[in-house]
Parts: sequence; C-alpha cells; structure tokens
Amino acid sequence: MPEIFMPRLSDTMEEGTISRWLKREGDQIRRGDVLAEIETDKAVMELEAYEEGPLTRILVPEGGAVPIGAPVAVVGTGAGTETGTSTGTSTGAGAEAGAEPGQPARPPATPEPATPEPTAPEQAAPAQPSEPVSPIRLPSSPLSRRLASRHGIDITTLTGSGPGGRVIRADVEEAIARRDERPATTRTARTARPEAASPAEPTPRASRAEEKTPERAETVREGEEREIEKAEKAGDVEEVPLTAVRRITARRLIQSVQQAPHFYLTTMVDAEPLLAFRAEVNTRLGERGPRVTVTDLIVKACAIELREHPEVNASWADTRILRHRRVHIGIAVALDDGLIVPVVHDADVRTLTEIAREAHALADKARAGRLTLDELGGGTFTVSNLGPFGIDHFTAVINPPQAAILAVGAAQPQPVVRDGELAVGTMMALTLSIDHRVLDGATGAAFLTGLKELLQQPLRMVV
Amino acid sequence: MGRTTVGRTAEQTAEQAVTYRQALHDTLRAEMLRDEDVLLLGEEIGVFEGSYKITAGLLDEFGPRRVRDTPICEEGFVGAAIGAAMLGLRPVVEIMTINFSLLAIDQIVNHAAKMRAMFGGQVSVPMVIRTPGGGGQQLAATHSQNLEVFYAHVPGLKVVAPSTPADAKGLLASAVRDDDPVLFLENLALYNTKGVVPGGDHIVRIGTAAVAKEGSDLTLVAYSRAAVIAHDVARRLEDEGVSAEVIDLRSLRPLDRATVCASARKTGRAIVLEDDWLSYGIGAEIAATIAEGAFDYLDAPVRRVAAAEVPLPYAKPLELAALPDAAALTRVIREVLEATRFVPRRVPSSQG
Repeated sequence: MPEIFMPRLSDTMEEGTISRWLKREGDQIRRGDVLAEIETDKAVMELEAYEEGPLTRILVPEGGAVPIGAPVAVVGTGAGTETGTSTGTSTGAGAEAGAEPGQPARPPATPEPATPEPTAPEQAAPAQPSEPVSPIRLPSSPLSRRLASRHGIDITTLTGSGPGGRVIRADVEEAIARRDERPATTRTARTARPEAASPAEPTPRASRAEEKTPERAETVREGEEREIEKAEKAGDVEEVPLTAVRRITARRLIQSVQQAPHFYLTTMVDAEPLLAFRAEVNTRLGERGPRVTVTDLIVKACAIELREHPEVNASWADTRILRHRRVHIGIAVALDDGLIVPVVHDADVRTLTEIAREAHALADKARAGRLTLDELGGGTFTVSNLGPFGIDHFTAVINPPQAAILAVGAAQPQPVVRDGELAVGTMMALTLSIDHRVLDGATGAAFLTGLKELLQQPLRMVV
Repeated sequence: MGRTTVGRTAEQTAEQAVTYRQALHDTLRAEMLRDEDVLLLGEEIGVFEGSYKITAGLLDEFGPRRVRDTPICEEGFVGAAIGAAMLGLRPVVEIMTINFSLLAIDQIVNHAAKMRAMFGGQVSVPMVIRTPGGGGQQLAATHSQNLEVFYAHVPGLKVVAPSTPADAKGLLASAVRDDDPVLFLENLALYNTKGVVPGGDHIVRIGTAAVAKEGSDLTLVAYSRAAVIAHDVARRLEDEGVSAEVIDLRSLRPLDRATVCASARKTGRAIVLEDDWLSYGIGAEIAATIAEGAFDYLDAPVRRVAAAEVPLPYAKPLELAALPDAAALTRVIREVLEATRFVPRRVPSSQG
C-alpha cells in the first residue's frame, strides 16, 4: 500500500514537521488533495497527495518531526493494514473502490483482504520494498488514547490488556502511576506544564519530541511560569494556540535578536519628489500598468543602491561573510496571524513595473497562504514599510542571515529648513537595522545616504 | 396547551403507589375533566371498557359524545381523529396494539405527521395515539412487535414510551396538551407494575430522558419495559460493587441525546437494552449518538442487547429465548466490564 513520505521541500531542509493534518484517517483522498501542512526550516508548505484512496493511517502526529523520506501516512486499503508488515500487495482494488465519492471509508479495524481488480491493471504498481520500520496500529479505546495524550504517555509503549490486546483506560492509568513513581524532578516538570505534552495521538516518532518536554519546561523561568499559572487560574487569559507561521516568526526573530548585534541608522528623506514621481508614473501608466506603490519604489531604489554597495548585500555565515552577486529583496507582509517575507528576485535588473507587478502578486499570495518556497527563499535584503499604517519611524528586526533591513515610516508633512527658511515639506524616515558582525556604521551610512539621494531624485531610478 | 387545571379530584392530589394501568386511567379522566375538548376514540373502549381496561368507567362518566366506540377500522378512526384534531378537538385514540397501527400507518405518517408542515403551520394535529406494544404475552408474531421505531423515524410525530406509572401520568398529560401528534407507547407487561405517582398536575416534558438511577461505572440505556429490566439489573449490580447508571429514554422522538451522551462521557461504558430487534433499531440510534457525542470517552464499544431477529415465536420457551432479559443484559455487562478490566469497589456488608 502506498506510503506518503516526507518530501524534500528545500535545499537546506533536513527534516519536516507536520504542523497540521488537513485530512483525517478514513478520509477519501484524491490526487492533488492537500493532506497536511509541513513546516520546514524556511516556511510552511503543503503536502499534496499523489495517491488516491482512503487515508488509512497517519503515522506522524501534528507537531511530529521526521527526516526527509520517512513515511508520514498511508493511503489506500489492502491486506497487511493491521499487521503493519508491508506485504507488498497492490492497492489497486481498494484504492479504486475507495475513491468513489460518498463511499464511507473502510474502517481500518476490519482486516478485509483487498480483492484484485482485473479491470485496473495500471493500478498494480510494483511492490513497495518492505519497510523495516512499518508502524503498528495498536488497538486502543478512545478513552485510553485521550487519557494517554493528556498525560503525555506514548500509547505504543503500552501492552493492551483488553480484548485482542486493546489498550484500555486501566493500562494507561497504570502507566501514569508507574511514571509518577519516578524521581521527583521529572514529575514536577511534567505536571507543571501538562499542556506541553503532544496533543495528538502519540506514536513512536512523537516520543522524541515528548522526551524534550520536561527539559523544556525546566528552562522556563520559575517566576514567569508562576505568573502565567496564576493568570490562567484566575481565568484572566485566553489561550491562543500558535499557528505555524507564528511559531516560525517567533523562532526566527529570537534567533535574530539573540545572535545578530543590531545597530540602527536613521535618516529623513524629502518624500515630495518621490510622491510626485509616483503620481506621474501611475498617471502615465494609467490602465495599462500596475499601480506603483511607495514600497515598490523603495524596493527598486534599494536594489540599485545594493548594486552600488555590495558589502550591504551580504549575509553572516558564522565563519565568513557571504556577499551576494544577485540582489533579491524581501518585502515584509503582515498576515492576520504573523508576518511573512516573500522575495522579489533580481530586483536590480527588473523594471519598476515588473517589480510592482511581482510585489503585488506576492502579497496577494502571501495573504492567501499560497506562497511557494521559491518565492520565500533567497532574500539578501529586506524592506519593511509601516508607512501605510501611519507609523512615523521604527526599527526593524533583521531577517537572518541577511546583514540589514530597512524600516520605512510614513511620508507626512513636517516643518523643514530649506535654504535657511522654515517651510512645510513631506518627510519620510528610513531606518536601517544592521548586523554589526557584517557591517560597520560608515558602510551602512554610505548605503543609506546613497538611498536617500536616489529617492530624492527618483528619475535616476529609471535611467 | 396551557389551560388551567380544573376539577382536580381528591385522589389525585396525594402522592400514592398505583399501577401503570391506574395511572393511565386517572390521567385520561383528569385530562377529560380539565379540558372538555378531550375525547376518546377506539375499539371497545366504551361499553367493554377497553381491552386493557384503561378506559374503565369513562363512558358512564362522560357519555358517548366523548367516549366513542369505533368500528374495527384503524384507518377510519385515526383519520377521523386527525380531522377532529385539525378542527380544534383533542382526540385520544386507543389502538388496541401497536401491531394494528399498521392499518392506519398512512393516516399517521402521511397525514398526522405532515399537516403542520404542508399547510404552512395553519393547522396542527393535537392528537394522541395510545397503543401498547411488546412481546412476552404469547400473542405470537403478529401481535408482539415493537413497531415504535417506525414512528420514531418520522419527523412531525412525537413518540413517548413511559416505563413507570409516574412517567405514564406525566407524559400522557403532556401528550394530550401537545399541539402535535403524539404516539404514546404503552406495554402489555407494564400495566400491572406499581409505582409512586406524584399527586396533582404532574407533567413530564416530552423530549427529556430520565436518569432513573445514578451510577459511575457504566451506562444502561433503555425505554419502556426494557428500562424496568435495566433498572432491576442495575440495582442488583450495586451489591457486587458495580455502579450502573440507568437512562430511561422516555421520549424516542425528540430524543434527549444530551442526557445519553453526558452519561456515557461520565462512565465510559454504555449498553443499550431494547425489546425490539437489533438491526436498525432504537439501540442503533443510541449507539450512533454515543459514538458521535462521547467517542473520546469510551473505553469499550457500545453494546446492544436486543431481541433475536425472528418473528417472535408463540411457544413459551422459544418466546422467552428470543426476548432479551435480565440474564442477557447481565452477561453483556460482564463482558464490557471484563473488557475494560473493571475492578468492583468494595461493598459494605449489608448484613452488618
């Protein structure tokens, strides 16, 4: 029967985490259905089905991480479901029959041998090599599973004492009692944060993640934990489960602020020429072109300036600095539940309208959750514009391993001194956050000044 | 509905132990006294006082306008009752056994159940059909059936099935006052059972199950005669250190799924006992309800104890063998307890 394996989704990917199953055991799967969301080191990707038939078994629970090529689910019916010893029988008949709409999934508990279907010979795929690690589905009562999950017990380690070896409540309760007899440190750590246990049905693959639980719990500062517990008890807090995007955002930002020594350079740009230029471009483009935004202009300007200052178009690689020959600019896009940074590749050689078209398409896809890994990867510099949100100026957290990020404030009327006279101008704050490991103040200043001059003479961008 | 009680008689006001039969009789009489639109129709309910004597004395008291003997024609008199109900009366029809309701099933299913919906709420059919069902009386295959599931399947009908005299009273009063057609299921084996009946105007809301006995270890779900058996078995199990909760459904449509699921969630083990055949029965509905509403709390599959799937034999030993009884229920209870390695709690010796 076909197994679904953890795919390689990026060059740097070593393992993937199932962040969410979109199908349940017993669901009918059609080719192209999205089975699950997989979280990699870079992004959340969709796991698509190339097989048809009922989703017989989920091998990796939500939150479980497995290396590339490890089976994560089984699709299709067939003999050997219960024993777990892959017999190499074709799934043809079962998959064909099971794919009919409306037909209820055959319960996996019924060991029904698949009848060969002669009319579907093309389905008789070559036998899968026997997997030595084929997992065994243990019969277990729903109550025992729920109890085990709540107490962080790996149900596959238990011996069922119910009919046919079914794991029942009594078995789980005994396992909990046994565990509670262990040294006190382990117990307090576990009981202190029971919600840290995997919420899904544990499998052998999940146990690895679970063993980390006490250790992780211990690293939480005690006072903080007490505060949280107190608030929880008082009913003053609402628990918001982390989405995959939120989780990745948090991890990457912590990595950034903990590892990259940030410093900041701010300059004020006279935005009047830029806004006038933008208005003129949009008028001339009219119906034919995309509406060019301030962000698009800044991306274009950054791309040109990065070409001028290649030392800024760089990243930190622990033992060395990498200067990128191509300029790929990420644009921070706010989502309801996090932040994502799609990348305009080779922005320095693209025209303004090309950049605008691509940036808008990327933002739409980001909000729809449809970005591909290619569209998320490879950035060498990032622009974050909170101007549309009315922010005067701010500092952004560097998107590692990039060397710098540009924070753009709103263009707004401000008093300015022009030729020794006080006047009303339209100013915009640009703040460059720089990883001091890669760049120093003077280099950053040269880039930022160049950028400022370019933005104040925007025609230079297109000549 | 909602009329005030008039003509309350002395014997109704005090709580007392009466038979199921007596409770039905007294409630019919009370409802007729309370509301002069209530009338009775049925075969031999007047001069002969009913095959099971539920209507004894009512012809003398209320006269032939309100207690009408009908020809042996179920379709005719049920249809007549539907018409009367549509015009504002509150007929209570007696069908001698539920087996004979098959002759009126078109009237019940296609007319009584449909009127309100098909006429956009312009009319309702405030009719009650009282009818006994069940086997065990050596009445043979055609007169021993549990056809209530036919009616419980049909939206537009309400189906109630009391197991105690108190519920017989409370549900019959509710049924008479309900503006929709209610099939009121009685049971031949229950007529002589006794129980305490609350005095006065006692109402049991249709659509509410009763926790007949509280317990923590397993849930027994039943209705009508089977609820009485389940209750007896549960009481006996108490002596063995098993605390069984008994849910008496009382109302098959609407079904009180919340109470059933709450109990199954509490105990993690559930068994349905029904007099009816196993396949496609009330037990199947209950098992599905528990699977949907309490799945994560179950430590064992829901089990059903039901009648053998044969036309009920006439011969006494065969009839007894075909019907589910306390022994069959006890056997399945033990299987479920063993399958979940239940450890009985220590029972304090009742002998002292």
